Amino acid sequence: MSVTEMFSCIQGFLSADQDVREDIRKVVQNLEQTAREILTVLQSVHQPAGFKDIPSKCARARELFCSVRTQMGELKTKFPAEQYYRFHEHWRFVLQRLAFLAAFVVYLESETLVTREEVAQILGIEVVREKGFHLDIEDFLAGVLIMASELSRLAVNSVTAGDYSRPLRISNFINELDSGFRLLNLKNDPLRKRYDGLKYDVKKIEEVVYDLSIRGLAKEAESGGDK
Amino acid sequence: QLLNINHPAPLVFCIASGEGWSRRNAEAAQERDVHANSASPVIAAFKVFQQELDTRHDKHERLVKISRDVTIESKRAIFLLHRVTSVPDAERPPILNEAEGKLEGVRQKIGQIAEELRGEDIFQFHRAFTAGIQEYVEAVSFLHYIRHRGLISLEEINARLVFMKAENPDPKDSAEAAPSGAHVLTFQVTPADYLLGVADLTGELMRLCIGSVGNGDIDTPFQLSQFLRQIHDGFSYIGNTGPYEVSKKLHTLRQSLGKVEDACYALRVRGSEIPKHMLADVFCSRTAHLDTEEGVV
Repeated sequence: MSVTEMFSCIQGFLSADQDVREDIRKVVQNLEQTAREILTVLQSVHQPAGFKDIPSKCARARELFCSVRTQMGELKTKFPAEQYYRFHEHWRFVLQRLAFLAAFVVYLESETLVTREEVAQILGIEVVREKGFHLDIEDFLAGVLIMASELSRLAVNSVTAGDYSRPLRISNFINELDSGFRLLNLKNDPLRKRYDGLKYDVKKIEEVVYDLSIRGLAKEAESGGDK
Repeated sequence: QLLNINHPAPLVFCIASGEGWSRRNAEAAQERDVHANSASPVIAAFKVFQQELDTRHDKHERLVKISRDVTIESKRAIFLLHRVTSVPDAERPPILNEAEGKLEGVRQKIGQIAEELRGEDIFQFHRAFTAGIQEYVEAVSFLHYIRHRGLISLEEINARLVFMKAENPDPKDSAEAAPSGAHVLTFQVTPADYLLGVADLTGELMRLCIGSVGNGDIDTPFQLSQFLRQIHDGFSYIGNTGPYEVSKKLHTLRQSLGKVEDACYALRVRGSEIPKHMLADVFCSRTAHLDTEEGVV
Protein backbone atom coordinates (compact mmCIF):
# COMPACT_ATOMS: atom_id res chain seq x y z
CA MET A 1 0.00 0.00 0.00
CA SER A 2 1.44 3.36 -0.92
CA VAL A 3 1.71 6.27 1.45
CA THR A 4 -1.14 8.04 -0.29
CA GLU A 5 -3.40 4.99 -0.10
CA MET A 6 -2.61 4.58 3.60
CA PHE A 7 -3.63 8.14 4.39
CA SER A 8 -6.73 7.83 2.26
CA CYS A 9 -7.74 4.83 4.28
CA ILE A 10 -7.12 6.62 7.56
CA GLN A 11 -9.03 9.64 6.36
CA GLY A 12 -12.01 7.41 5.66
CA PHE A 13 -11.86 6.13 9.20
CA LEU A 14 -11.55 9.62 10.71
CA SER A 15 -14.45 10.82 8.60
CA ALA A 16 -16.71 8.04 9.79
CA ASP A 17 -15.65 8.77 13.36
CA GLN A 18 -16.57 12.42 12.96
CA ASP A 19 -20.02 11.49 11.64
CA VAL A 20 -20.71 9.36 14.69
CA ARG A 21 -19.62 12.18 16.97
CA GLU A 22 -21.90 14.60 15.14
CA ASP A 23 -24.87 12.29 15.72
CA ILE A 24 -23.97 11.94 19.37
CA ARG A 25 -23.64 15.70 19.78
CA LYS A 26 -27.16 16.26 18.49
CA VAL A 27 -28.75 13.88 20.98
CA VAL A 28 -26.62 15.28 23.80
CA GLN A 29 -27.88 18.76 22.97
CA ASN A 30 -31.44 17.54 23.48
CA LEU A 31 -30.46 15.93 26.76
CA GLU A 32 -28.88 19.18 27.90
CA GLN A 33 -32.05 21.05 27.05
CA THR A 34 -34.15 18.66 29.12
CA ALA A 35 -31.64 18.88 31.95
CA ARG A 36 -32.03 22.67 31.92
CA GLU A 37 -35.80 22.31 32.13
CA ILE A 38 -35.54 20.00 35.11
CA LEU A 39 -33.10 22.40 36.76
CA THR A 40 -35.51 25.31 36.25
CA VAL A 41 -38.27 23.36 37.97
CA LEU A 42 -36.10 22.34 40.91
CA GLN A 43 -34.31 25.66 41.37
CA SER A 44 -37.58 27.26 42.35
CA VAL A 45 -37.45 25.48 45.70
CA HIS A 46 -35.00 28.16 46.79
CA GLN A 47 -37.70 30.80 46.68
CA PRO A 48 -39.63 31.31 49.92
CA ALA A 49 -42.86 30.44 48.19
CA GLY A 50 -41.29 27.40 46.61
CA PHE A 51 -40.91 25.43 49.82
CA LYS A 52 -44.52 24.46 50.11
CA ASP A 53 -44.60 23.14 46.56
CA ILE A 54 -41.72 20.72 46.89
CA PRO A 55 -43.79 17.57 46.28
CA SER A 56 -45.37 18.92 43.13
CA LYS A 57 -42.02 20.14 41.83
CA CYS A 58 -40.54 16.71 42.34
CA ALA A 59 -43.45 15.16 40.50
CA ARG A 60 -42.95 17.59 37.61
CA ALA A 61 -39.25 16.81 37.52
CA ARG A 62 -40.00 13.10 37.41
CA GLU A 63 -42.24 13.70 34.43
CA LEU A 64 -39.40 15.44 32.64
CA PHE A 65 -37.13 12.51 33.40
CA CYS A 66 -39.35 10.48 31.10
CA SER A 67 -38.06 12.56 28.23
CA VAL A 68 -34.54 11.93 29.50
CA ARG A 69 -35.13 8.19 29.32
CA THR A 70 -36.36 8.48 25.77
CA GLN A 71 -33.38 10.59 24.74
CA MET A 72 -30.98 8.18 26.44
CA GLY A 73 -32.56 5.38 24.47
CA GLU A 74 -31.80 7.32 21.32
CA LEU A 75 -28.23 8.07 22.39
CA LYS A 76 -27.52 4.38 22.86
CA THR A 77 -28.28 3.72 19.19
CA LYS A 78 -25.68 6.13 17.88
CA PHE A 79 -22.58 4.02 18.52
CA PRO A 80 -21.49 0.44 19.27
CA ALA A 81 -22.17 -0.42 22.91
CA GLU A 82 -18.63 -1.59 23.63
CA GLN A 83 -17.16 1.80 22.67
CA TYR A 84 -18.74 3.76 25.54
CA TYR A 85 -15.46 5.28 26.69
CA ARG A 86 -14.38 6.20 23.20
CA PHE A 87 -17.15 8.83 23.14
CA HIS A 88 -17.60 9.32 26.86
CA GLU A 89 -16.36 12.92 26.79
CA HIS A 90 -19.39 13.96 24.74
CA TRP A 91 -21.94 13.14 27.41
CA ARG A 92 -19.87 13.31 30.56
CA PHE A 93 -21.02 16.82 31.46
CA VAL A 94 -24.72 16.28 30.88
CA LEU A 95 -24.68 12.91 32.64
CA GLN A 96 -23.12 14.52 35.71
CA ARG A 97 -25.82 17.19 35.67
CA LEU A 98 -28.56 14.59 35.29
CA ALA A 99 -27.08 12.56 38.14
CA PHE A 100 -27.13 15.71 40.26
CA LEU A 101 -30.74 16.45 39.34
CA ALA A 102 -31.82 12.89 40.10
CA ALA A 103 -30.01 13.00 43.44
CA PHE A 104 -31.60 16.36 44.22
CA VAL A 105 -35.10 15.13 43.47
CA VAL A 106 -34.60 12.08 45.66
CA TYR A 107 -33.25 14.26 48.45
CA LEU A 108 -36.19 16.63 48.27
CA GLU A 109 -38.56 13.68 48.38
CA SER A 110 -36.96 11.56 51.08
CA GLU A 111 -33.92 13.44 52.48
CA THR A 112 -31.72 10.43 51.74
CA LEU A 113 -28.79 9.88 49.43
CA VAL A 114 -29.85 8.38 46.14
CA THR A 115 -28.17 5.11 45.18
CA ARG A 116 -26.44 4.54 41.87
CA GLU A 117 -29.10 2.03 40.98
CA GLU A 118 -31.86 4.59 41.54
CA VAL A 119 -30.12 7.20 39.43
CA ALA A 120 -29.59 4.68 36.65
CA GLN A 121 -33.24 3.75 36.81
CA ILE A 122 -34.38 7.38 36.68
CA LEU A 123 -32.17 8.01 33.66
CA GLY A 124 -32.97 4.75 31.94
CA ILE A 125 -29.40 3.44 31.87
CA GLU A 126 -27.34 0.69 33.49
CA VAL A 127 -25.04 0.67 36.51
CA VAL A 128 -22.69 -1.99 35.26
CA ARG A 129 -20.63 -1.35 32.14
CA GLU A 130 -21.01 -4.86 30.76
CA LYS A 131 -24.77 -4.54 30.63
CA GLY A 132 -24.77 -1.54 28.32
CA PHE A 133 -24.72 2.25 28.43
CA HIS A 134 -23.95 2.84 32.06
CA LEU A 135 -23.45 5.53 34.65
CA ASP A 136 -19.73 5.88 35.27
CA ILE A 137 -19.04 5.93 39.00
CA GLU A 138 -17.06 9.16 38.79
CA ASP A 139 -19.93 10.91 37.02
CA PHE A 140 -22.30 9.71 39.74
CA LEU A 141 -19.97 11.04 42.44
CA ALA A 142 -19.57 14.35 40.60
CA GLY A 143 -23.36 14.68 40.48
CA VAL A 144 -23.56 14.04 44.23
CA LEU A 145 -20.99 16.76 44.87
CA ILE A 146 -22.92 19.22 42.71
CA MET A 147 -25.94 18.41 44.85
CA ALA A 148 -23.94 19.13 48.02
CA SER A 149 -23.37 22.68 46.77
CA GLU A 150 -27.05 23.00 45.97
CA LEU A 151 -27.94 21.85 49.48
CA SER A 152 -25.62 24.35 51.13
CA ARG A 153 -27.49 27.03 49.21
CA LEU A 154 -30.80 25.45 50.22
CA ALA A 155 -29.78 25.54 53.88
CA VAL A 156 -29.24 29.29 53.63
CA ASN A 157 -32.49 29.89 51.81
CA SER A 158 -34.49 27.65 54.14
CA VAL A 159 -33.65 29.94 56.99
CA THR A 160 -34.62 32.98 54.96
CA ALA A 161 -37.93 31.31 54.21
CA GLY A 162 -38.48 30.63 57.88
CA ASP A 163 -37.74 26.90 57.88
CA TYR A 164 -35.27 26.51 60.75
CA SER A 165 -35.21 22.72 60.97
CA ARG A 166 -34.27 21.89 57.42
CA PRO A 167 -30.73 23.28 57.73
CA LEU A 168 -30.07 20.97 60.69
CA ARG A 169 -31.13 17.96 58.68
CA ILE A 170 -29.09 19.15 55.70
CA SER A 171 -26.13 19.53 58.02
CA ASN A 172 -26.34 15.95 59.23
CA PHE A 173 -26.75 14.73 55.70
CA ILE A 174 -23.78 16.65 54.29
CA ASN A 175 -21.54 15.65 57.19
CA GLU A 176 -22.28 12.00 56.54
CA LEU A 177 -21.61 12.56 52.86
CA ASP A 178 -18.29 14.13 53.75
CA SER A 179 -17.38 11.11 55.87
CA GLY A 180 -18.20 8.90 52.93
CA PHE A 181 -16.05 10.86 50.52
CA ARG A 182 -13.17 10.72 52.96
CA LEU A 183 -13.09 6.97 52.49
CA LEU A 184 -12.18 7.37 48.83
CA ASN A 185 -8.62 7.36 47.53
CA LEU A 186 -8.89 10.01 44.86
CA LYS A 187 -6.26 10.84 42.29
CA ASN A 188 -5.39 14.39 41.27
CA ASP A 189 -8.16 14.56 38.70
CA PRO A 190 -11.29 16.68 38.15
CA LEU A 191 -13.25 14.59 40.65
CA ARG A 192 -10.66 15.33 43.30
CA LYS A 193 -10.86 19.05 42.56
CA ARG A 194 -14.62 18.95 42.83
CA TYR A 195 -14.38 17.05 46.09
CA ASP A 196 -12.08 19.76 47.42
CA GLY A 197 -15.05 22.12 47.13
CA LEU A 198 -17.12 20.00 49.51
CA LYS A 199 -15.39 21.40 52.57
CA TYR A 200 -16.66 24.89 51.70
CA ASP A 201 -20.19 23.53 51.48
CA VAL A 202 -19.70 21.86 54.86
CA LYS A 203 -18.41 25.08 56.33
CA LYS A 204 -21.26 27.17 54.93
CA ILE A 205 -23.86 24.85 56.38
CA GLU A 206 -22.06 24.77 59.73
CA GLU A 207 -22.23 28.54 59.82
CA VAL A 208 -25.96 28.44 59.20
CA VAL A 209 -26.44 25.89 61.96
CA TYR A 210 -24.25 28.01 64.24
CA ASP A 211 -26.27 31.13 63.48
CA LEU A 212 -29.46 29.27 64.33
CA SER A 213 -28.20 27.68 67.51
CA ILE A 214 -26.73 30.80 69.13
CA ARG A 215 -30.00 32.58 68.59
CA GLY A 216 -31.96 29.69 69.99
CA LEU A 217 -33.76 29.20 66.71
CA ALA A 218 -32.56 25.63 66.36
CA LYS A 219 -34.18 24.68 69.69
CA GLU A 220 -37.30 26.48 68.56
CA ALA A 221 -37.32 24.41 65.41
CA GLU A 222 -36.85 21.16 67.27
CA SER A 223 -39.85 21.89 69.40
CA GLY A 224 -41.89 22.44 66.28
CA GLY A 225 -41.76 26.22 66.48
CA ASP A 226 -41.58 26.79 62.76
CA LYS A 227 -44.33 24.46 61.62
CA GLN B 1 -35.65 40.82 62.43
CA LEU B 2 -33.40 38.84 64.75
CA LEU B 3 -31.70 36.95 62.03
CA ASN B 4 -29.91 38.76 59.27
CA ILE B 5 -28.04 36.40 57.01
CA ASN B 6 -26.56 39.32 55.11
CA HIS B 7 -24.58 40.35 58.17
CA PRO B 8 -20.89 39.57 57.97
CA ALA B 9 -20.02 36.28 59.63
CA PRO B 10 -20.32 36.27 63.41
CA LEU B 11 -17.22 37.38 65.32
CA VAL B 12 -16.32 33.88 66.40
CA PHE B 13 -16.02 32.75 62.83
CA CYS B 14 -13.86 35.69 61.90
CA ILE B 15 -11.37 34.67 64.53
CA ALA B 16 -11.73 31.03 63.74
CA SER B 17 -11.26 31.41 60.00
CA GLY B 18 -7.90 30.57 58.56
CA GLU B 19 -5.63 28.08 60.29
CA GLY B 20 -7.64 28.04 63.50
CA TRP B 21 -10.78 27.15 61.64
CA SER B 22 -9.23 24.41 59.57
CA ARG B 23 -7.72 22.81 62.68
CA ARG B 24 -11.03 22.96 64.49
CA ASN B 25 -12.78 21.62 61.42
CA ALA B 26 -10.35 18.73 61.02
CA GLU B 27 -10.89 17.72 64.65
CA ALA B 28 -14.63 17.90 64.24
CA ALA B 29 -14.39 15.86 61.09
CA GLN B 30 -12.34 13.20 62.84
CA GLU B 31 -14.92 13.07 65.60
CA ARG B 32 -17.63 12.61 63.04
CA ASP B 33 -15.70 9.86 61.32
CA VAL B 34 -15.27 7.95 64.59
CA HIS B 35 -18.97 8.18 65.22
CA ALA B 36 -19.85 7.46 61.63
CA ASN B 37 -22.07 4.48 61.80
CA SER B 38 -20.47 1.83 59.65
CA ALA B 39 -23.88 0.30 59.25
CA SER B 40 -25.07 3.53 57.68
CA PRO B 41 -26.09 2.93 54.07
CA VAL B 42 -24.18 6.00 52.93
CA ILE B 43 -20.91 4.78 54.43
CA ALA B 44 -21.52 1.27 53.15
CA ALA B 45 -22.11 2.65 49.65
CA PHE B 46 -18.90 4.67 49.77
CA LYS B 47 -16.90 1.63 50.82
CA VAL B 48 -18.06 -0.01 47.61
CA PHE B 49 -17.13 3.11 45.64
CA GLN B 50 -13.70 3.07 47.25
CA GLN B 51 -13.05 -0.47 46.10
CA GLU B 52 -14.22 0.24 42.58
CA LEU B 53 -12.12 3.35 42.25
CA ASP B 54 -9.05 1.63 43.73
CA THR B 55 -9.37 -1.26 41.30
CA ARG B 56 -9.68 1.14 38.40
CA HIS B 57 -6.70 3.25 39.47
CA ASP B 58 -4.54 0.17 40.11
CA LYS B 59 -5.14 -1.12 36.61
CA HIS B 60 -4.36 2.32 35.21
CA GLU B 61 -1.06 2.36 37.10
CA ARG B 62 -0.08 -1.12 35.91
CA LEU B 63 -0.73 -0.05 32.35
CA VAL B 64 1.31 3.12 32.81
CA LYS B 65 4.25 1.05 34.03
CA ILE B 66 4.11 -1.32 31.09
CA SER B 67 3.71 1.60 28.73
CA ARG B 68 6.88 3.19 30.13
CA ASP B 69 8.83 0.02 29.42
CA VAL B 70 7.42 0.00 25.90
CA THR B 71 8.54 3.59 25.41
CA ILE B 72 12.08 2.99 26.69
CA GLU B 73 12.73 -0.14 24.64
CA SER B 74 11.23 1.43 21.50
CA LYS B 75 13.45 4.49 21.91
CA ARG B 76 16.50 2.25 22.31
CA ALA B 77 15.60 0.43 19.13
CA ILE B 78 15.42 3.79 17.33
CA PHE B 79 18.83 4.90 18.62
CA LEU B 80 20.24 1.58 17.49
CA LEU B 81 18.77 1.99 14.02
CA HIS B 82 20.35 5.40 13.55
CA ARG B 83 23.72 3.66 13.62
CA VAL B 84 23.06 1.89 10.30
CA THR B 85 23.90 5.07 8.44
CA SER B 86 27.43 5.12 9.78
CA VAL B 87 28.42 1.50 9.16
CA PRO B 88 29.38 -0.25 5.92
CA ASP B 89 26.63 -2.30 4.26
CA ALA B 90 28.04 -5.58 5.48
CA GLU B 91 27.58 -4.60 9.10
CA ARG B 92 23.97 -3.48 8.70
CA PRO B 93 22.16 -6.86 9.04
CA PRO B 94 23.33 -7.51 12.63
CA ILE B 95 22.13 -4.08 13.70
CA LEU B 96 18.80 -4.58 11.99
CA ASN B 97 18.42 -7.98 13.61
CA GLU B 98 19.25 -6.60 17.02
CA ALA B 99 16.64 -3.89 16.55
CA GLU B 100 14.13 -6.48 15.43
CA GLY B 101 14.88 -8.42 18.59
CA LYS B 102 14.27 -5.37 20.76
CA LEU B 103 10.95 -4.75 19.04
CA GLU B 104 9.95 -8.37 19.56
CA GLY B 105 10.51 -7.74 23.27
CA VAL B 106 8.33 -4.65 23.02
CA ARG B 107 5.62 -6.73 21.41
CA GLN B 108 5.66 -9.06 24.38
CA LYS B 109 5.11 -6.05 26.62
CA ILE B 110 2.19 -4.99 24.45
CA GLY B 111 0.89 -8.49 24.98
CA GLN B 112 0.85 -7.72 28.69
CA ILE B 113 -1.16 -4.60 27.95
CA ALA B 114 -3.60 -6.72 25.96
CA GLU B 115 -3.85 -9.08 28.93
CA GLU B 116 -4.70 -6.20 31.31
CA LEU B 117 -7.31 -4.92 28.88
CA ARG B 118 -9.01 -8.30 28.53
CA GLY B 119 -12.73 -7.79 29.15
CA GLU B 120 -12.29 -4.03 29.54
CA ASP B 121 -13.31 -1.11 27.42
CA ILE B 122 -9.90 -0.32 25.89
CA PHE B 123 -10.70 3.37 25.59
CA GLN B 124 -11.23 3.69 29.32
CA PHE B 125 -7.49 3.20 29.82
CA HIS B 126 -6.22 4.59 26.55
CA ARG B 127 -4.47 7.53 28.18
CA ALA B 128 -2.35 5.12 30.19
CA PHE B 129 -0.69 3.45 27.22
CA THR B 130 -1.07 5.76 24.23
CA ALA B 131 2.42 7.26 24.63
CA GLY B 132 4.09 3.85 24.60
CA ILE B 133 2.10 2.66 21.62
CA GLN B 134 2.97 5.77 19.63
CA GLU B 135 6.66 5.21 20.39
CA TYR B 136 6.33 1.59 19.24
CA VAL B 137 4.69 2.66 15.98
CA GLU B 138 7.54 5.13 15.47
CA ALA B 139 10.18 2.43 16.05
CA VAL B 140 8.58 -0.29 13.98
CA SER B 141 7.87 2.01 11.05
CA PHE B 142 11.46 3.31 11.23
CA LEU B 143 12.84 -0.22 10.93
CA HIS B 144 10.40 -0.92 8.13
CA TYR B 145 11.56 2.13 6.19
CA ILE B 146 15.23 1.26 6.55
CA ARG B 147 14.56 -2.23 5.26
CA HIS B 148 11.93 -1.60 2.59
CA ARG B 149 12.00 2.13 1.85
CA GLY B 150 8.25 2.29 2.36
CA LEU B 151 5.63 3.07 4.98
CA ILE B 152 4.39 0.20 7.11
CA SER B 153 0.61 -0.01 7.12
CA LEU B 154 -1.64 -0.09 10.17
CA GLU B 155 -2.76 -3.59 9.19
CA GLU B 156 0.81 -4.84 9.09
CA ILE B 157 1.46 -3.39 12.53
CA ASN B 158 -1.65 -4.95 14.03
CA ALA B 159 -1.00 -8.28 12.33
CA ARG B 160 2.11 -8.68 14.50
CA LEU B 161 0.23 -7.85 17.70
CA VAL B 162 -1.47 -11.21 18.02
CA PHE B 163 -0.64 -13.18 21.13
CA MET B 164 -1.20 -16.79 22.08
CA LYS B 165 -2.16 -17.12 25.71
CA ALA B 166 -2.48 -20.28 27.75
CA GLU B 167 -5.41 -19.24 29.93
CA ASN B 168 -9.12 -19.65 29.31
CA PRO B 169 -10.30 -17.55 26.43
CA ASP B 170 -12.61 -14.66 27.14
CA PRO B 171 -15.21 -14.23 24.40
CA LYS B 172 -14.89 -10.48 24.76
CA ASP B 173 -11.16 -10.43 23.88
CA SER B 174 -11.53 -8.54 20.65
CA ALA B 175 -13.66 -8.26 17.61
CA GLU B 176 -11.26 -10.49 15.70
CA ALA B 177 -10.95 -13.23 18.31
CA ALA B 178 -10.30 -16.60 16.73
CA PRO B 179 -13.09 -19.19 16.94
CA SER B 180 -13.42 -20.91 20.29
CA GLY B 181 -10.66 -23.37 20.99
CA ALA B 182 -7.78 -21.02 20.13
CA HIS B 183 -6.50 -18.84 23.00
CA VAL B 184 -5.78 -15.66 21.18
CA LEU B 185 -5.40 -12.11 22.42
CA THR B 186 -4.97 -9.17 20.08
CA PHE B 187 -4.02 -5.56 20.51
CA GLN B 188 -5.34 -3.09 17.98
CA VAL B 189 -3.40 0.11 17.45
CA THR B 190 -5.95 2.81 16.70
CA PRO B 191 -5.69 4.93 13.54
CA ALA B 192 -5.10 7.95 15.77
CA ASP B 193 -2.11 6.38 17.56
CA TYR B 194 -0.80 5.19 14.21
CA LEU B 195 -0.96 8.71 12.82
CA LEU B 196 0.79 10.16 15.85
CA GLY B 197 3.53 7.52 15.68
CA VAL B 198 4.09 8.20 11.98
CA ALA B 199 4.22 11.93 12.67
CA ASP B 200 7.04 11.29 15.17
CA LEU B 201 8.71 9.00 12.64
CA THR B 202 9.26 11.97 10.36
CA GLY B 203 11.55 13.51 12.98
CA GLU B 204 13.71 10.39 12.98
CA LEU B 205 13.75 10.28 9.19
CA MET B 206 14.98 13.86 9.17
CA ARG B 207 17.81 12.88 11.50
CA LEU B 208 18.54 9.88 9.30
CA CYS B 209 18.84 12.24 6.37
CA ILE B 210 21.28 14.59 8.07
CA GLY B 211 23.20 11.63 9.45
CA SER B 212 23.57 9.97 6.07
CA VAL B 213 24.85 13.13 4.45
CA GLY B 214 27.49 13.35 7.15
CA ASN B 215 28.58 9.88 6.16
CA GLY B 216 28.93 10.70 2.53
CA ASP B 217 25.72 8.96 1.48
CA ILE B 218 24.19 11.35 -1.00
CA ASP B 219 21.42 9.08 -2.35
CA THR B 220 19.44 8.60 0.85
CA PRO B 221 18.59 12.29 1.32
CA PHE B 222 16.82 12.46 -2.02
CA GLN B 223 14.88 9.25 -1.35
CA LEU B 224 13.97 10.51 2.10
CA SER B 225 12.86 13.84 0.78
CA GLN B 226 10.48 12.15 -1.61
CA PHE B 227 9.12 9.87 1.11
CA LEU B 228 8.75 12.62 3.69
CA ARG B 229 6.93 14.77 1.22
CA GLN B 230 4.39 12.02 0.64
CA ILE B 231 3.84 11.67 4.35
CA HIS B 232 3.53 15.41 4.79
CA ASP B 233 1.01 15.57 1.96
CA GLY B 234 -0.93 12.77 3.61
CA PHE B 235 -1.12 14.72 6.85
CA SER B 236 -2.15 17.87 5.00
CA TYR B 237 -4.94 15.90 3.40
CA ILE B 238 -6.18 14.83 6.81
CA GLY B 239 -5.86 18.38 8.08
CA ASN B 240 -7.93 19.11 11.16
CA THR B 241 -10.19 16.10 10.90
CA GLY B 242 -7.77 14.03 12.94
CA PRO B 243 -7.25 14.16 16.66
CA TYR B 244 -6.07 17.47 18.06
CA GLU B 245 -2.59 16.11 18.78
CA VAL B 246 -2.06 15.40 15.09
CA SER B 247 -2.61 19.04 14.18
CA LYS B 248 -0.03 20.00 16.77
CA LYS B 249 2.57 17.62 15.32
CA LEU B 250 1.97 18.94 11.80
CA HIS B 251 4.05 21.99 12.65
CA THR B 252 7.09 19.90 13.63
CA LEU B 253 6.55 17.77 10.56
CA ARG B 254 6.78 20.80 8.30
CA GLN B 255 10.02 21.80 9.98
CA SER B 256 11.49 18.33 9.46
CA LEU B 257 10.49 18.34 5.82
CA GLY B 258 11.97 21.82 5.44
CA LYS B 259 15.33 20.68 6.82
CA VAL B 260 15.43 17.69 4.51
CA GLU B 261 14.51 19.78 1.48
CA ASP B 262 17.21 22.31 2.42
CA ALA B 263 19.72 19.45 2.69
CA CYS B 264 18.80 18.22 -0.80
CA TYR B 265 19.08 21.73 -2.16
CA ALA B 266 22.54 22.17 -0.65
CA LEU B 267 23.65 18.82 -2.03
CA ARG B 268 22.37 19.65 -5.48
CA VAL B 269 23.78 23.13 -5.68
CA ARG B 270 27.03 22.73 -3.82
CA GLY B 271 27.59 19.01 -3.48
CA SER B 272 30.01 18.79 -6.37
CA GLU B 273 32.21 21.60 -5.11
CA ILE B 274 32.68 20.35 -1.55
CA PRO B 275 34.87 17.38 -0.67
CA LYS B 276 32.73 14.59 0.77
CA HIS B 277 34.33 14.66 4.17
CA MET B 278 33.34 18.27 4.53
CA LEU B 279 29.74 17.83 3.44
CA ALA B 280 28.66 17.30 7.01
CA ASP B 281 29.93 20.78 7.93
CA VAL B 282 27.57 22.36 5.42
CA PHE B 283 24.65 21.04 7.41
CA CYS B 284 26.05 21.39 10.88
CA SER B 285 25.83 25.17 11.01
CA ARG B 286 22.51 25.38 9.24
CA THR B 287 20.80 22.64 11.18
CA ALA B 288 22.41 23.13 14.58
CA HIS B 289 20.25 26.07 15.58
CA LEU B 290 17.14 24.41 14.15
CA ASP B 291 17.80 21.25 16.18
CA THR B 292 17.85 23.13 19.48
CA GLU B 293 14.27 24.25 18.81
CA GLU B 294 13.03 20.70 19.13
CA GLY B 295 11.97 19.83 22.60
CA VAL B 296 11.54 16.34 23.91
CA VAL B 297 10.52 13.99 21.14
